[in-house]
Amino acid sequence: MDKAQSTELLFELSQPGRRCHRLPESDVPAPAAAELLPRHQLRSTPLPLPEVAESDVIRHYVNLSTRNMCIDTNFYPLGSCTMKYNPKRHERLAGLPGLANLHPLQTDASVQGMLEILYDMQAYLAEIAGLPMVSLQPAAGAQGELSALLVAAAYFKEKGQKRTKVLIPDSAHGTNPASAVIAGFEVITVKSAAGALVDLNDLKAKLDDQAAVFMITNPNTCGIFEKQILDITRMMHERGALVYLDGANMNAILGKSRPGDFGADMMHYNVHKTFTGPHGAGGPGSGPIAVRDFLGPYLPAPLVAKNSDGSFYLDHDRPKSIGRVRSFFGNVGILLRGYFYLRTLGPQGLTEVSEQAVLNANYLLARLKDVYEVPNGPRCMHEFVASAKYLRRDKKISAMDIGKRLLDYGFHAPTVYFPLTVPEALMIEPTETESKETLDRFAETMIRIQNEDPAMLHQAPHTLPISRPDEVRAAREPILKWTPPQHAS
Amino acid sequence: MQVPEQLRYAPTHEWARQDGDLITIGITQYAVELLTDLVYLDLPSVGEETSQGASFGEIESVKAVSDLYAPVAGQVAEVNQEMASEPAKIAQDPYGSGWLIKIKPAPGATLNHLLTAEQYQQQIAAGH
Repeated sequence: MDKAQSTELLFELSQPGRRCHRLPESDVPAPAAAELLPRHQLRSTPLPLPEVAESDVIRHYVNLSTRNMCIDTNFYPLGSCTMKYNPKRHERLAGLPGLANLHPLQTDASVQGMLEILYDMQAYLAEIAGLPMVSLQPAAGAQGELSALLVAAAYFKEKGQKRTKVLIPDSAHGTNPASAVIAGFEVITVKSAAGALVDLNDLKAKLDDQAAVFMITNPNTCGIFEKQILDITRMMHERGALVYLDGANMNAILGKSRPGDFGADMMHYNVHKTFTGPHGAGGPGSGPIAVRDFLGPYLPAPLVAKNSDGSFYLDHDRPKSIGRVRSFFGNVGILLRGYFYLRTLGPQGLTEVSEQAVLNANYLLARLKDVYEVPNGPRCMHEFVASAKYLRRDKKISAMDIGKRLLDYGFHAPTVYFPLTVPEALMIEPTETESKETLDRFAETMIRIQNEDPAMLHQAPHTLPISRPDEVRAAREPILKWTPPQHAS
Repeated sequence: MQVPEQLRYAPTHEWARQDGDLITIGITQYAVELLTDLVYLDLPSVGEETSQGASFGEIESVKAVSDLYAPVAGQVAEVNQEMASEPAKIAQDPYGSGWLIKIKPAPGATLNHLLTAEQYQQQIAAGH
């Protein structure tokens, strides 16, 4: 059935003269385009836009949407991505006309309600972080990292210190070194020791007065809480360096431990992960950052501030700010959803989110640990990493094969081949919003798959419209735009 | 799994072979299998320095980007441009036409610290 649904491009469905709507003749005189635009900006041939009926458009998009595997259709244990259920109530609230119909260029006086929400959001994120100053501007986690590193660079520059290095554990998200390089730092990789924790000896050996920032994810990408964190942050501070917390895994520690309390000086949140911004199709994201007081002056401007009369305003008067990192005020629509989530749950509810997320992950780990290798032991935080290393060696079943086969059973694949420190990694994060029945079905499916015929697994998935795309060609020769047939080479 | 006797190996899955004055470096068949389909290869330029155990380039597969580590210190003397432009070809002959770079070793640099074929066999049999 699925395979019979049309997914032709609208361009391919186009028929000359076909229309969704027929408009009456305009009764306003329309000047010719040549009178309005310079000659070099005029096309010589008409733009080949698709000409289609409304039913063509609707079928095209509805059929495409049914091919999407998302949190609204399937369990989605994509490790490090916190694919929790996104309450539909937030959609209704974010769509309220007083919020959805605002224009970012309105005066502060005319958007007091929105500014109050954003002001409170800054305060809530500061409280959860244990770090008092917050910028809501960054549009996603990686931009939060970059913004915070630019804040750090501005801080050291003003202090007259030349610090060129950012230290990053080998289990870090790839965005950490990428952000550090873009911010102009040299990346120094710190090894992991047994148990997936930071190798303190390696850190000591690489730590010098050139170190600007240590970027750490805690719990780390193996789902293990870095229990040496107080030693690490003390070591960095003794050298005058700063500690950055990658907040991708905040879902494990909400209300339990605060990054500011364990020594982090800066962090980002992923509102689209931890606080339920809708998280399909890669975005939109929202990556607010929280920093210590002494870093506050460098944050991206404007911040939302409060007048003595209780009214709110956008504070642009921040002379040491690194400037804007995003147009207007960041992805406000996602921040709103995060705000509704925090207001719905409250401090007690948020704490229970993390307790349930950690419980769910440990339950899955306990059900799978005797069947799959689990290199970091029988306990975890909100996620764990299993390895198909021996399955691959003994039966030629790879992590990729398992991920692809899960699709046949109606589960999204876990994160595979990450972290890089674990061979044939399967990184599993169930989140708090899944029931025991779902976790049981997933565990039983994982156990069944590793007993299936390897040759069959190599061809999986068998039930989806597309099985195994040619990933090499997709990476090397991507087709990124439609070309009219007469122009195709 | 092919692990030619006459080559020496790094635990990070590079092989090295003394060819006259130069040392030829590539990645092992086991590495190619682990990486799966190769997409991009980033190699140094001729004349760049390598230091033992430091990254001299990157290889990207459909799974991940991995660093390539120099088994010996020296200076890059030749680069296999054919592999750089079509890294998928490495899989066809990783120990032959799929070599990556040739290094003029630094004074005193040898291959003695590297694994023998037998030692490397043991490492990959353990699944590392």
